[in-house]
Amino acid sequence: MAPTLKEILRPAMPPRLELSGITKRFPGVVANDGVGFSVAAGEIHALLGENGAGKSTLVKIIYGVQQADEGELRWNGAPVSIESPRAARRLGIAMVFQHFSLFEAMTVLENIALGMDDPPPQRELEAAVRAVLDTYDLGLDPHRDVFTLSVGERQRIEIVRALLQNPKLLIMDEPTSVLTPQEVEQLFATLRRIAAEGCSILYISHKLGEIQALCESATILRGGKVVATCDPRSETARSMAEMMIGGSLKDVARRDGAPVGPVRLAVDGLSAPGEPPFGTTLKDVGFSVRGGEIFGIAGVAGNGQNELLLALSGERLEEVTGDIRIDETCVCGLGVSARRRRGLAAVPEERNGHAAVPALSLSENAILSARTRKRLAAGGLLRLGAAKAYASGVIEAFSVRATGAAAKARSLSGGNLQKFVMGREILQDPAVLVVSQPTWGVDAGAAGFIRQAMLDLAARGAAIVVISQDLDELFELADRIAVINDGHLSPARPLAEVTVDEIGLLMGGIHGAAPRPATSERAA
Amino acid sequence: MSAMLLISVVMGIAGAATPILIAALGELVVEKSGVLNLGVEGMMLIGAVTAFAVSVHTGSPALGCLAAMLAAALSSLIFAVLTLTLTANQVATGLALTIFGTGVSALAGAPYVGITTTRLGSIFPQALAEDPWLRVLFGHSPLVYLGLILTFGVWWFLARTRTGLVLRAVGEGDEAAHSIGYPVLKIRYLAILFGGAMAGLGGSYFSLVLTPMWAERLTAGRGWIAIALVVFASWRPAWVLAGAYLFGAVITLELQSKAAGFNAFAPEFLSSLPYLATIVVLAVISAGRRSAKTRAPACLGRPFRASA
Repeated sequence: MAPTLKEILRPAMPPRLELSGITKRFPGVVANDGVGFSVAAGEIHALLGENGAGKSTLVKIIYGVQQADEGELRWNGAPVSIESPRAARRLGIAMVFQHFSLFEAMTVLENIALGMDDPPPQRELEAAVRAVLDTYDLGLDPHRDVFTLSVGERQRIEIVRALLQNPKLLIMDEPTSVLTPQEVEQLFATLRRIAAEGCSILYISHKLGEIQALCESATILRGGKVVATCDPRSETARSMAEMMIGGSLKDVARRDGAPVGPVRLAVDGLSAPGEPPFGTTLKDVGFSVRGGEIFGIAGVAGNGQNELLLALSGERLEEVTGDIRIDETCVCGLGVSARRRRGLAAVPEERNGHAAVPALSLSENAILSARTRKRLAAGGLLRLGAAKAYASGVIEAFSVRATGAAAKARSLSGGNLQKFVMGREILQDPAVLVVSQPTWGVDAGAAGFIRQAMLDLAARGAAIVVISQDLDELFELADRIAVINDGHLSPARPLAEVTVDEIGLLMGGIHGAAPRPATSERAA
Repeated sequence: MSAMLLISVVMGIAGAATPILIAALGELVVEKSGVLNLGVEGMMLIGAVTAFAVSVHTGSPALGCLAAMLAAALSSLIFAVLTLTLTANQVATGLALTIFGTGVSALAGAPYVGITTTRLGSIFPQALAEDPWLRVLFGHSPLVYLGLILTFGVWWFLARTRTGLVLRAVGEGDEAAHSIGYPVLKIRYLAILFGGAMAGLGGSYFSLVLTPMWAERLTAGRGWIAIALVVFASWRPAWVLAGAYLFGAVITLELQSKAAGFNAFAPEFLSSLPYLATIVVLAVISAGRRSAKTRAPACLGRPFRASA
């Protein structure tokens, strides 16, 4: 490939941002240990690493949210100290956060004004915002309330907010984890344009395919240290993943063409009201899952996934209409415990506070969901010995890294707690398992383990429903797939017959930016 | 005769509504910043006794009002240090502030029981203020007009100024506001101090306008009504105004019916009516599906630690 003008000019200029020897310690852990790398002007640079590798801390240091204990930051060749986000913005550093720093009950314009140090009067600001929206082809209404927007639209607010400052370095923290494939494409087009205009981009992600598509160089972190730098375009996703985890990657063993049994879960005409304050109403959802089958439900967060899980698990009973059958017995109107007794286990998206009580020990958390099927609370009294044995069994079988059954749930990392929660349900041998976002925010090693455990459970004859917005995950696991959009569920299709693009189109946005799934006509 | 009665009813309504209105507007700003201060009743009592004492010693009720604001703001500073800097539980600390305010006002007020002071005078010429007809416009205490101006001022501040926007942002998402770089704790400190000053000013109305004298527990639970008003008014200043005047109306009705010798109900029932009616009416109005603009600030009552 012939060098572009940009690449020829690069060596003459000092890097836009250069880090050397950055060290940051927290009580009991070194988050960054002598980290150094540099980003040139107009370069799209990836920062790769597992959860806990120190990416977020490093970014917070660059953006002035935290201060490094040791090390030096150079900006255009000159040493700088960045004491606050305001100081970072003055240098020309802008950031788009992973968890958006947006205010739900305020308008797009108010949110943008809040993100600026000296916003002009509202009318001028609105004109400036509209100019940026036009220049970069971003669709967004400045006067909409944020809570009515899809995640992709929310991210555009952050991007506009950042671009209004004419940044020299734009930091993107895990920007695509919540976007549909089409939204990702659009984002990448925008980012390439911004970079072409000379702005450097620091792109944090663990999605290797995207990094290969977008970035020109990558720094890989593991355990707070830089373990490699590479050109993602000349690496494979697998080789970068192995650098990230520092070992070889295990393949998930698929069982294609496995025999499927009778229908174990049948849902028909299920409707439920949206959870306040911003929920989506579930409208006439119907599907069925056979034993040995994994049924995938794709969708952008906030399209009724939460409501569906609560209606299936039995947590929400009021105003829920429709038919839910487990092994051909109707369980409508039955509560969570009664459904568990009939073999329905559910794992909600939120690990801390919904699937597990953070302040309780693992064995106490085991009692909470396994008390009926494993008789851990016979006659109203806790059987602590049995609970401890069960929790220890889960810890061992799912290689949960914890100090033991007495460890508090909140002391576990996200991936380990998720392994425990999944193990707690799977070892009860449920007839039907409903899981929402099983590997959300979980590192690659644990995610592979959890997926394998679900495949094994299906092989033993259980029916599994996986609700996820991670399409890679669904295409790896599911036998059939459907899309939930604005509370409607599209007809299910065998995995072999659909492409990622089709599913992505069906996912659309919160308010049906894309064509509606066919079921919406039935509901209307 | 009936026209005269009507005028005195209007005067009564404004009088009963104003202290609640002023205290509630202060609490509204506090809650919009994400802090729940249940110490309003205590701060009002501290304001009432301070206003009275300063007025007795200096002979100036206006100075009394200022001192009341200062004293109540100081007491709210205790609350702010405990809940913001030391991240103590806001509900418990607020209740403690009310108990403290009740006790300390009774102690400090003991020497003043049974004496009177000058009423806070009118700002209009006597001819207007005491005219039997025009007094319905000009005869109110200055604090009544101030309450109306404050209602507009608080609305304007929250809806139209940059500082107000930042204050709402801090109440809507403290972590987000912090990550953008706003000083969450500083803004909450200032909001709490403002809330304290307003509670104190509302309290001074009892001892300098309604009855120019001091008695223990003079505010009779109006601080709690102010807190309830903020919630049922869905954190909107205009609704706080409406709620406060509704409360004032029912209280005036009760007093007038007592004065007219209406005794079909037990007096205790009549005395509870204003509280009951206000809460029922506001609860009914604000019930049902709420939009995002009228729900509680997302961080209300949640302690904030500037963390990683």
